Amino acid sequence: MRYLPKSPAERQEMLSAIGADSIDELFSSIPERYRLRKALNLPGPFSEAEIIRYFTERAGENSLGYTSFRGAGVYNHLRSVVTDAIIQRGEFLTSYTPYQAEISQGTLQAIFEFQTLMCQLTGQEVANASMWDGSTATTEAVLMAERITGRRRVLVARSLHPEYRDVLRTYAKNSGLRVEEIPYNASGVLDHKALQSALREDVAAVVAQSPNFFGAVEPVAELAEIARAAGSLLVVAITEGVSLGALRPPSEADIVAMEGQSFGLPPSYGGPFVGVIASREKFVRQMPGRLAGQTTDLEGRRGFVLTLATREQHIRREKATSNICTNQALCALAATVHLTLLGKEGLREMAQQNLSKARFALAELTKIPGVRRTFDAPFFNEFTLEFPRSVKLVNAELLREKIVGPMVLGASYPELTKHALVCVTETTTRADIEKLAGAVRRTLERPL
Amino acid sequence: MSPKIKKASRHTNQNEGLIFEKSSPGKRGFELPPLDVPSVDPAEALGQIHRSEGVAGFPEVSEIEVIRHFTRLSTWNYAIDLGMYPLGSCTMKYNPRVNEFVARIDGIATEHPYQPQELSQGCLKILRLLEQCLLEITGMDTITLQPAAGAQGELTGLLLIRAYLQKQGNPRKKVLIPDSAHGTNPATAVIAGYEVENIKSESHGQIDVDKLRDLVTPDVAALMITNPSTLGIFEQRIPEIAEILHAKGALLYMDGANMNALAGVARPGDLGVDVMHLNLHKTFSTPHGGGGPGAGPVAMKKILEPFRPVPILVEKEAGRLALESVRPDSIGRVKAFSGNFGVLVRALAYILAYGPGIRQATEDAVLNANYIRKHLEGVYDLPYSLPSMHEVVFSDAHQKKNGVSTMDIAKRLIDYGFHPYTTAFPLIVPGALMIEPTESESKEECDLFIDAMRSIAEEAATNPDLVKTAPHSTRVRRLDEVGAARKPILRWDPARQESDPSARHKAKHKHLEPTPVIPTA
Repeated sequence: MRYLPKSPAERQEMLSAIGADSIDELFSSIPERYRLRKALNLPGPFSEAEIIRYFTERAGENSLGYTSFRGAGVYNHLRSVVTDAIIQRGEFLTSYTPYQAEISQGTLQAIFEFQTLMCQLTGQEVANASMWDGSTATTEAVLMAERITGRRRVLVARSLHPEYRDVLRTYAKNSGLRVEEIPYNASGVLDHKALQSALREDVAAVVAQSPNFFGAVEPVAELAEIARAAGSLLVVAITEGVSLGALRPPSEADIVAMEGQSFGLPPSYGGPFVGVIASREKFVRQMPGRLAGQTTDLEGRRGFVLTLATREQHIRREKATSNICTNQALCALAATVHLTLLGKEGLREMAQQNLSKARFALAELTKIPGVRRTFDAPFFNEFTLEFPRSVKLVNAELLREKIVGPMVLGASYPELTKHALVCVTETTTRADIEKLAGAVRRTLERPL
Repeated sequence: MSPKIKKASRHTNQNEGLIFEKSSPGKRGFELPPLDVPSVDPAEALGQIHRSEGVAGFPEVSEIEVIRHFTRLSTWNYAIDLGMYPLGSCTMKYNPRVNEFVARIDGIATEHPYQPQELSQGCLKILRLLEQCLLEITGMDTITLQPAAGAQGELTGLLLIRAYLQKQGNPRKKVLIPDSAHGTNPATAVIAGYEVENIKSESHGQIDVDKLRDLVTPDVAALMITNPSTLGIFEQRIPEIAEILHAKGALLYMDGANMNALAGVARPGDLGVDVMHLNLHKTFSTPHGGGGPGAGPVAMKKILEPFRPVPILVEKEAGRLALESVRPDSIGRVKAFSGNFGVLVRALAYILAYGPGIRQATEDAVLNANYIRKHLEGVYDLPYSLPSMHEVVFSDAHQKKNGVSTMDIAKRLIDYGFHPYTTAFPLIVPGALMIEPTESESKEECDLFIDAMRSIAEEAATNPDLVKTAPHSTRVRRLDEVGAARKPILRWDPARQESDPSARHKAKHKHLEPTPVIPTA
């Protein structure tokens, strides 16, 4: 077997050195009746070519050749091949958690740079080395707010990604946190009045997403003021990080929980992605996850180490701020390389292309009789449209033209059954948009 | 370097500062295709919430600088591709490259979790085959691939237990955890809403089964066991342990971090385990990448099936697969979308490469560990003498006589060209040296490791200071961790440095200062 660097003779030599007659002897500590007598029923063994063939066949059963207008937390963005060239280097790909700092300076400096980029993007003072994804980062941000304030109620915007709310509920069930939903208003953003009346001095955090699930940009500064008046923390979740290339950062938020998938990670059917938690320096000791810190060595050279480890599970065990151990380091590295390549001007330009293409798409689609924008709040690269007919049926027609149409909202928002979410990024061409508009128009013109 | 050190020697490698220190306005590393629609002004489109300039402080460098920057950084890392990581319970095995290739195929990497399921049958077949393979390996009844890492798998497992007990009327209050357990176990139990009761191992480092009978009260929901234990020793009485728990209505959770000792040889499901997690980034070869991503699937017995987290993979008419998210008794969703799919692809590719021959990997892993144990017994103190499986734990008791600790030995091992083993864990062995070679190491690499460890033991006896001040050959030495925690600097911040211009100058050119000549060891 090509992954095993031993010849039969070497195995024999080693057994003799140990003083064992057979390899079975080395398993004698397992009671006989539990030792398997025959091989497991598994497919294979496959040669490299057969493995590639298996997955290539699976790839052919997916969506190759289709154009998609779906976002809703996972976004198609341009990625440079340079990113893979870096993260495929064995020294990054196959290295371990940098506990032994002297031989992990590559990883540690890259984490330090990642932490810096995340602070710059979000307008916060400190960011950690990564969480599993945006949904768990949002949940951990809430748990962090609970620890900081000592309060047990959380007010969550209904316009926060439905799956993020689900994850929060799963964790909250067991920690005694009470999670309540605050509705959105006619503009598509968090209803201030509803928030005000729900806020009391037992609320640990207000959680809003911006741009929210409908693509609408929330007025973060105002929300922060409202929350602060009650002594609550504002947690802002961000699913589309590229929006920060065009939007002011949520620096008034107390904690930002972001999904970094937009920064150079492919959609990959939902993962692996990279969660970001960023906050104020004064809250750093309540932050979950790893932190890389700058220091000096014996001879005064600058270097980096994992630090403030007393927050973490391997030191504090049951008193840790979180149970997180393995996070998403290589994905964070990919994001770091990607953002470094894009740079200040590249991210600004990418965001501006998203803004432009989304507005072009909105204009083309709302020319179609009966198609209207649902909300009027400012948006980045996603918006919701109301359709005069069942969107499911429209989408079925679109599929015939190899278009994956807007995402139907009815399942998660029963009050919005005739509405769907459209996402347009810099990867969507003008021709794609015109084709979509044409296909939607033709479908709606067809008699019922 | 000393002729005793055979595996590594000195080599010039490049210095490199922070990317922000190399930035200069007007440089960029990536260009976009031109805009093909009318250009929109952000100020007009967004009003006062728009960002008027680029992100302050963001890097501005060219593509070649990016390549050089990260390539130089990479050369400062140790990696499996360079040599052994004898880290106990980490299972640092070879990360097959075909796994990286297939995860990147167009039609695999490109798929959106919300695209129509009829256009995702390829992805769903991958999930189903992986589920089937992992069930065959673990001997369990059903499984979830959702959890993003081992710790999240542990949480999922405990939430399953909680939901099951809750359904019967009482979720109970406590989880029993051996003092040898990985820190994620107690941290997770608390998040799951349970109190932790730490139980002392008996004199052989195993669970004290006789004491256990008294400890399993009606308040106990579960015991979290690692098998083999973190000492690398098989918990021989695990079927009894399961029975004791089951008799009191409690469940047995197994931390599957050490599955590398069992795959193809024994199945946790046969041993009485009710629910367990696997670490795909350990046993199943997905790359550690400096700290993730991983995946922590949870396999369980039928009694826990109704509580599985959503989404759940089901087979419908005509073999069509679907993910369903409506399940009344489910514990809910633990993560958005459907697991770390790219990691799951890599694990499946690994399993397909071995097929039924996966047992051979397990045998080689156990062979390597025992070979190393045999050659280091007597040189290092062996606190627990029961047979080792895939890992062995020594202590620094002998070397401590000269004031040399496991930490020092580990640092000296770096000079010999290896990554250190796991130091100071498990907690039940003071001064532990926890060694797991995995099956990926050749006899030659094992011999080099043994040589190095024996040589260091000699140094500890004859020249302890050399060991206590190691490493001597690295770019940086003995970084000040106390200082790092006392005054944390967690990001690059030009404002801080600006206040002291000379410090800024020094900081900017720190990486160009001549490296002092280090006495060869």
